[in-house]
Amino acid sequence: MVSGKVNFIVSKEDWSLHRKGELDQSRHREKVREAIKKNLAEIISEESIIMSDGKKVIRVPIRSLEEYRFRYDYRKQKHAGMGKGDSKVGDVVGSERQPAAPGMGGGAGEQAGVDYYETDVTIEEISEMVFEKLSLPDLQEKNEKKLAAKAIEFKDIRKKGLQGNIDRKRTLLEVLKRNALQGKPGVHGIKPEDLRYKTWETTYQYQSAAVVMAMMDTSGSMGPFEKYIARSFFFWMVRFLRSKYQQVEILFLAHHTDAKLVTEEEFFSKGESGGTRCSSVYRLALQLIEEKYNPRDYNIYAFHFSDGDNLSSDNELCVELVKELLNKCNLVGYGEIEGPYYYTGTLKTSYKQIEDKKFTLVSIRDKKGVYPALRAFFTDKRENGTVSMIQPFEQYAGE
Amino acid sequence: MSSELKALEKSIEEIAEIAKGFGLDFYPMRFEVCPAEIIYSFGAYGMPSRFTHWSFGKAYHKMKMQYDYNLSRIHEMVINSNPCYAFLLEGNSLIQNKLVVAHVLAHSDFFKNNVWFRKTNRDMMESMSAAAQRFHSYELQYGYEKVERFIDAVMAIQQHIDPHCYIKEAENKNCQCSCDRQQTPYDDLWNLDKEKNRSSECNCENNRLFPEVPQRDLMFFILEHAKDLEEWQKDIISVLRDEMFYFWPQMQTKIMNEGWASYWHLRIMREMDLDVQQSIEFAKMHAGVMQASTRNINPYLLGIKIFENIEKRWDNPSARERKLYQRPGGQGREKIFEVRTIDNDVSFIRNYLTKEIVDELDLYLYRKVGHEYKIVDKDWEQVRDEMVKNLTNCGVPYIDVINGDYGKRGELYLLHRYEGLELDVQHLEKTLEHVHLIWGRPVYLETKIDSKAVLFCYDGNAIAKKLI
Repeated sequence: MVSGKVNFIVSKEDWSLHRKGELDQSRHREKVREAIKKNLAEIISEESIIMSDGKKVIRVPIRSLEEYRFRYDYRKQKHAGMGKGDSKVGDVVGSERQPAAPGMGGGAGEQAGVDYYETDVTIEEISEMVFEKLSLPDLQEKNEKKLAAKAIEFKDIRKKGLQGNIDRKRTLLEVLKRNALQGKPGVHGIKPEDLRYKTWETTYQYQSAAVVMAMMDTSGSMGPFEKYIARSFFFWMVRFLRSKYQQVEILFLAHHTDAKLVTEEEFFSKGESGGTRCSSVYRLALQLIEEKYNPRDYNIYAFHFSDGDNLSSDNELCVELVKELLNKCNLVGYGEIEGPYYYTGTLKTSYKQIEDKKFTLVSIRDKKGVYPALRAFFTDKRENGTVSMIQPFEQYAGE
Repeated sequence: MSSELKALEKSIEEIAEIAKGFGLDFYPMRFEVCPAEIIYSFGAYGMPSRFTHWSFGKAYHKMKMQYDYNLSRIHEMVINSNPCYAFLLEGNSLIQNKLVVAHVLAHSDFFKNNVWFRKTNRDMMESMSAAAQRFHSYELQYGYEKVERFIDAVMAIQQHIDPHCYIKEAENKNCQCSCDRQQTPYDDLWNLDKEKNRSSECNCENNRLFPEVPQRDLMFFILEHAKDLEEWQKDIISVLRDEMFYFWPQMQTKIMNEGWASYWHLRIMREMDLDVQQSIEFAKMHAGVMQASTRNINPYLLGIKIFENIEKRWDNPSARERKLYQRPGGQGREKIFEVRTIDNDVSFIRNYLTKEIVDELDLYLYRKVGHEYKIVDKDWEQVRDEMVKNLTNCGVPYIDVINGDYGKRGELYLLHRYEGLELDVQHLEKTLEHVHLIWGRPVYLETKIDSKAVLFCYDGNAIAKKLI
């Protein structure tokens, strides 16, 4: 409607089909996912994930997708601001690390400079990305009975089929039934229509046996940081194993001067103290293998995390025991967390003499090291593995 | 038409009459009531219809989230076009809409009359939506990813246009061969009276410099001289460049434009009959718009204060002003209309930000000290000058193309006109990669870091930098 005096129109249309913003937002989200993938190392040791305690959705801060351009260095620039009337030279108007307040605190849009972006991701989404490239390395065929990778199961009976698959029992039953209906009971005169054939279905039975021993140093020298790193690693290891493999037993072994088998919950929550004798945990592992997990029946993996601050007289024994473990395990991994103190005679130095392809040693300096450690331990080094009996679920999911 | 819209229409008529009475001169108006998501997508794209890009999605997401958490609210969005489109947020109360309409009319007046908008394409909406369709067809033809990557690259340098090219257009386009090249910044002054057409007599050796004089319009230079661009790629560069020309005057006059609109919504609303309830609602909304912010300048607040201050000083000049500037008094309105016509933010702040305003608004300068941002200066002239500096060229560093055939290998050499402020190195390096993607050959950028000249180079594989 055009007014007489002033030229204007007011209208209200149906905008329900206008979805451009949403569409480009989903493209942006896709790009965020790519960014998460690139920054996995940083993200997976985020506290919000490790401590998520089963919560499905978590918020991870990632460096937002930057729109790059030639611009001034914000941190070297002087900026203008407005006070409440009482500002003085020297007053602090903000700090570099603005807390990412829950639900985006006020003024979230005010900061220029570093642009952090919080995004909601489910743990499943992140797990999927983390596990994409991981697998239990060097899996071997152990006890044949237990390992039937691709099993054939006859489940169905049909009237047509291959001669070799004639189901004799069913065929005879058919004959009996037909003769009985005709009033001449008994098994005589087999006709083509009586023939019954078995048909098969391919099923997968993953009953291969693998046992993974998670060993963690809980001695006094393991500070909050070291424990956090070790637990982050084991958190992802456990998730990874449970989601990818059906038949994997996980044993949790904690030690200081003595080692003991603990529950998963204790393993992830309990703090201990005291001195360190790493050999104790290897002894316990060997003992368990002896008692319950025959290497002929099991793929055995042992992973040990420590800060390397071991009783120095114990180091030689550790080397021996690790070698003994190597005889029985597919892989032995040792992760040393380098804390704020620098020890010269750490366990790592002693382990350097071990020359065995099945032994993997990593050292972790910061939170970002957890992901490379996972990759180092759970990557199959033999490119074309001769046997790969335990197949990850996803490989047959589509069949 | 619903009764709500009818009531709105009636108010618009009334408001427009008042605005005209005040002397505001605006385009024919098209008001459209639409839901929040629409306003946010227009806000994110800068336009109702524009090509597709993830960065708009990012902006949209951010705006929408702030809206959802009730942290911010866009009440309107105005498009600089003729007729002028204004989108009002569905759910605004009538009184909110009245304020918004008054505000919008002043924006329309500003678009129509401010000299920096004189060359603006007022049919930009049509151009943009046509471009959006072409870009879409490129996606189908050349693949989504490829087109997106190219747009990413062009967006990285889209701010490097020469907004004054219209002024330069009028100057002669004859060869300024290198023997004419400036020796001092004032050479052009001495040459003003000279005969311009000397290209024919220029035979010096160096006249093969390419470009002959440094080019500020990187977008245009690349468009003209990059060797391996396909037509669709040229189209993308040219569209983004045109769009930047459209947005530039808006970026250049943000404080003035918002100040002008706020100045007038306040005055127009005072003319309206409001009951107590409505007055309170209006006051609340106005106060919300005027909120100060410790780490930013609120353009609405600063702008209105400066306009009011000008009006006051021209209405009631001091004895000194009367004598020194021959200012008779009573010219406040006239003066602010003049300012609205001829200034932009840089001149607005430089000429009219007074000590009185700096004190009243408690303006200060802050910078990073250690891990914190601290107030470092409250001297009003320092504040003014630093603000002018940050607003110059819309806050975009000057980058000149000084050689498009560097090393006789067709490589691109850019020079940052360092004016005391360093570039963000991480961004610089990433942006060079983008420039390389478009230029197709190694690209260089010279700048200063810690007072030393540094040359960055990206050759397609890695960034190298060296002191020169």
